[in-house]
Amino acid sequence: MKIRVQTEPFDLGAEIAALYARNPKVGAVASFLGITRDENEGYAIRGMRLEHYPGMTERALTRIAAEAMQRWPLLDLTVVHRVGELKPTEPIVLVAVAAAHRGEAFAACEFIMDYLKTRAPFWKKELTEAGGRWVEARASDDAAAARWDASEWGER
Amino acid sequence: MKLRILYFARLREALGVSAEEPELPAQVATVDALIGWLRARGGVWAVELAEGRAFRVAVNQEMAAPDTPLAAGDEVALFPPVTGG
Repeated sequence: MKIRVQTEPFDLGAEIAALYARNPKVGAVASFLGITRDENEGYAIRGMRLEHYPGMTERALTRIAAEAMQRWPLLDLTVVHRVGELKPTEPIVLVAVAAAHRGEAFAACEFIMDYLKTRAPFWKKELTEAGGRWVEARASDDAAAARWDASEWGER
Repeated sequence: MKLRILYFARLREALGVSAEEPELPAQVATVDALIGWLRARGGVWAVELAEGRAFRVAVNQEMAAPDTPLAAGDEVALFPPVTGG
């Protein structure tokens, strides 16, 4: 299990390969890549700055990953989240989950992202034509995370 | 009682402070009491921490509730709802 918060870009291919290249029990890797867009809610975005709470962020991500490992029979996983200055087209976050089969890999990947969005202390400030704009939390993200509380799907 | 209080993101900017270590009266023994104490500073504190405003509190890097107890030396953080990912 690998959890990293970093300002530097990451190598998607290398991160995925590290999950299966030395483990012949892995039959599936599901991954999610979050990318900086040039538009949000009608605002043109020139870039964004991601702030986090050092220490608590890593703890929160580790707890979320551990809960995923408990819910599904996973073989390994990686979460990398960037902070600092990001430009449109730059990746922000990678969640990649290795398992024997695709079902648990897909489910755990989505679970980790839903929990990360609502529980890990990161904040986005977008740079628009009119200056900086803090992104507001969305109710739909809370709803997505809440699905897993009383989940009839995904659990085995 | 002395606490370390951290502020993040929009709240840090609005309050104009990123960290402080205030000396608190003994009756400030819960998160709720601390918020009330900070609110009593008035001005932007009363506005940003008013009832109904969306903010979160963590104690020692764990999400906290209004009745979460506070002890000397705790690290308390106030921040807006999170928006990573």
